[in-house]
Amino acid sequence: MTALKPLGRAILFALIGFLIGAGLSAALVEAAGRDEMKEPIIAGGYMFALIGWLFGVGVWGSWVREWFGATVKPFHIEGWGRYLGFSTDHKVIGVQYGVTTIVIFLLAGALALLMRIELADANSTLLSRTDYNTVMGLHGIMMIAVAVAALMGGFANYVMPLMIGADDVAFPRLNALSFWIVPPVAVLLILTPLFGGMDTGWTGYPPLSSQGPTGNLLFLMAFTTFGLSSILGGLNFLATIITMRAPGMTWSRIPIFVWAVFAASLISLTATQFVAYALLMVIFERVFGMHFFDGTIGGDAILFEHVFWFYSHPAVYVMILPAFGIELEILSHFARKPVFAYKWVVRAFFSIVGLSFVVWAHHLFTSGMSSELHGPFMVLTELISIPTGVVFLAAVGTIWRGRLWLKTPMLFAMGVIANFLIGGLTGLYVADVVTDLNFQDTYFVVAHFHYTIVGGEIFALMGAIYYWYPKITGRMYSERLGRIHFIGMMVLYNVTFIPMFIVGAQGMNRRVADYPAEFENLNMFITVSSLLLGLAFIPFVYNMVNSWIRGRKAGDNPWGARTLEWQTTSPPPEENFETQPVVVEDPYGYGDPDAKHFEFPSGSGHVAEPAGGDD
Amino acid sequence: MAMTDLIHADLHERYGTKAYSSLTMHRLGLWLFIISDAFFFTALISSRYFVSGTDRPDALIQELGLALTAVLLLSSLSAYRSEVAASHGDTEGAKRWIMITIIAGFVFLGGVVFEWYEAFHDFPPGSGFGTTFFTLTGIHTTHVISGIILLAFVYRRAAKGEYGPGHYWGVEGAAKYWHFVDLAWVFIYPTLYLVGESVEMGAHG
Ligand code: HEM
Ligand SMILES: [Cu+2]
Repeated sequence: MTALKPLGRAILFALIGFLIGAGLSAALVEAAGRDEMKEPIIAGGYMFALIGWLFGVGVWGSWVREWFGATVKPFHIEGWGRYLGFSTDHKVIGVQYGVTTIVIFLLAGALALLMRIELADANSTLLSRTDYNTVMGLHGIMMIAVAVAALMGGFANYVMPLMIGADDVAFPRLNALSFWIVPPVAVLLILTPLFGGMDTGWTGYPPLSSQGPTGNLLFLMAFTTFGLSSILGGLNFLATIITMRAPGMTWSRIPIFVWAVFAASLISLTATQFVAYALLMVIFERVFGMHFFDGTIGGDAILFEHVFWFYSHPAVYVMILPAFGIELEILSHFARKPVFAYKWVVRAFFSIVGLSFVVWAHHLFTSGMSSELHGPFMVLTELISIPTGVVFLAAVGTIWRGRLWLKTPMLFAMGVIANFLIGGLTGLYVADVVTDLNFQDTYFVVAHFHYTIVGGEIFALMGAIYYWYPKITGRMYSERLGRIHFIGMMVLYNVTFIPMFIVGAQGMNRRVADYPAEFENLNMFITVSSLLLGLAFIPFVYNMVNSWIRGRKAGDNPWGARTLEWQTTSPPPEENFETQPVVVEDPYGYGDPDAKHFEFPSGSGHVAEPAGGDD
Repeated sequence: MAMTDLIHADLHERYGTKAYSSLTMHRLGLWLFIISDAFFFTALISSRYFVSGTDRPDALIQELGLALTAVLLLSSLSAYRSEVAASHGDTEGAKRWIMITIIAGFVFLGGVVFEWYEAFHDFPPGSGFGTTFFTLTGIHTTHVISGIILLAFVYRRAAKGEYGPGHYWGVEGAAKYWHFVDLAWVFIYPTLYLVGESVEMGAHG
């Protein structure tokens, strides 16, 4: 029962906060003499509820008390209860993020299937149009959140400090705060349908989002809150990688995944502020009656799109960069070959970061933006293909002529190569102004970004889950179920999404519940294969849960990998390493019998089985 | 703790890398935060030109804008003095300068509230310029308030004698944040008060 205390307190404080905030807002609206009451009350109530929630869950007890000169009471519980409180251990936080995002992923997946059932025939059958739109918007924003937080919040948190030989992140309490900001986001999104839903999709364009029902306000506040979490996470990772590397871990020796996290964190830290402002503008329209987007009063509807995409394009690289890192990591360890062209990959990561800030307007080709801007944004967008191509070639180069050890993580990493090729190449068609004028807002775009996000990132996520599962749980998953999951997902995923390119190219619009009857056959096909794709996750969930309880003990380093996270127990002790490892070379010296990445100078340390090349 | 730190620093030395003190980490953290927040202000300031072009209403009280800027800039000086005092172990001086900074913050807030009160009639939040004006000053004001709160905490700890040479991060951090808030205003002030043509605007202009 004591395990539930922090949560209970958090909920209580949140309710109290809501009442205070709502009361204050009501008084202010009254004083200003405005008649619109509902949304200011909800917004003000939410702001205070969020603070109450955070204080209740542990920010007060383990942090703010200190500012008042009182002693802090750090959260410390053994057993599963530690996942339900304000733990500052990056491994606990990684698992909290990981499990939360997987649950949201499955929920949002169920919403996708709901949409597919509606789309099986050309008319509205199951869902009203408004309900369809709400389901679509929630699916979109939940999946975007998963894509941003699963790798960065989950795996970067759990693995990155281990990989650099640190005992935690630079700011552990801030890390806990970043995670505990996320549950309110989920609550808001779940409440959205009760407040009239939302019609805008995850991009929340005004004027629809500023005029639609209150559900939009909840969505906007949820997205803003999520952004805050992402900013704080990026800040923490940057500081960690800069200051917490183990002795000897020079910049040219850090694992490629760590570089990817660094590059992605630069984007989270900076660009996210733009989306916060974009969403705040709409919130201000709704709550304060301001006018940012109404040309007759002042303002410009395109302003939102510019500010929004100034974040949301770079955000796709917050998703894909860590995925690239994981892909290369897995490929190297399972091909027993060094990451090919390591230095060029690092350069490519940073070129991607730089370029990602100057391409946003490729989302505005049909929005009425000044047409002189079309050419430059097309060229800049296509430039990104160069560093992206470098990463792709490095992946191929890494497995080139290697002896491939085809375990489940490796299968998924190779799946990333294949799927991302399609995602990247179709990016060129939507980046090209002439073709995009036809493709924009069709299923072609839907297929493109699912190939990059699902085919690229989610496959890498699955690879990461299988790869680090033995480290995190101490137990081995079932290889057979893992392979079934991979084959099912790889085949059915492609069968589901390839036809979307075709219906899209033929002109079927996205974000619609009804469509012209000529597309019915292919849509029926897509719906059936998507339902089967949903089934492919059953072995996955079963495998994860069952192996955690009953799987065989995995040992410290089942893959014989050289990076530091494998040179400690599974799961690692609270301080990560019993004695401090030091780093003497890069981790990818496979094939060279004398190569060694690390040593334990002060004492024998905990050395796992020799990291070598058995298969 | 100190013992393991020593060993850690020693290992870094031996293996050719750098050991970072927790003070450096805190400084880095603050700078990263400032960079991040600067992006927010960039978005904020650039939106002005979309929302209300380059016109500004002649109802803006120019003298007040100038006075607010002067107060805030001077308070940066006092924040700096508090940091110097703390670094010299001069607790009384640190307290005095922090208090002066806080008072300057309140004076600034008072001025902004007065300007808002006037603005409600001339260019309310629902008008074109009002949207820009209330958003920019509103968000900046939340920064000023958070700065004052930070300074108040630091004042309390200074009063308890918690700072001295070599350990005055609280004062330093609060002062740096205060400088940032002032710097943001240095960009907001011309954006609102100086840029473009002064024109007569109705309540819905
Ligand atoms: C290889 C380079 C890529 C290029 C050239 C590219 C280009 C584009 C363009 C031009 C659009 C706008 C299409 C339209 O709305 O008409 C677009 C949409 C999109 N792309 Fe990409 N892209 C690339 C990679 C990626 C990656 C790596 C991701 C994610 C991990 C991604 C995610 C998305 C998303 C989510 C959208 C749709 C957003 C929406 O309207 O809801 N793209 N892409
Ligand atoms: Cu884009």
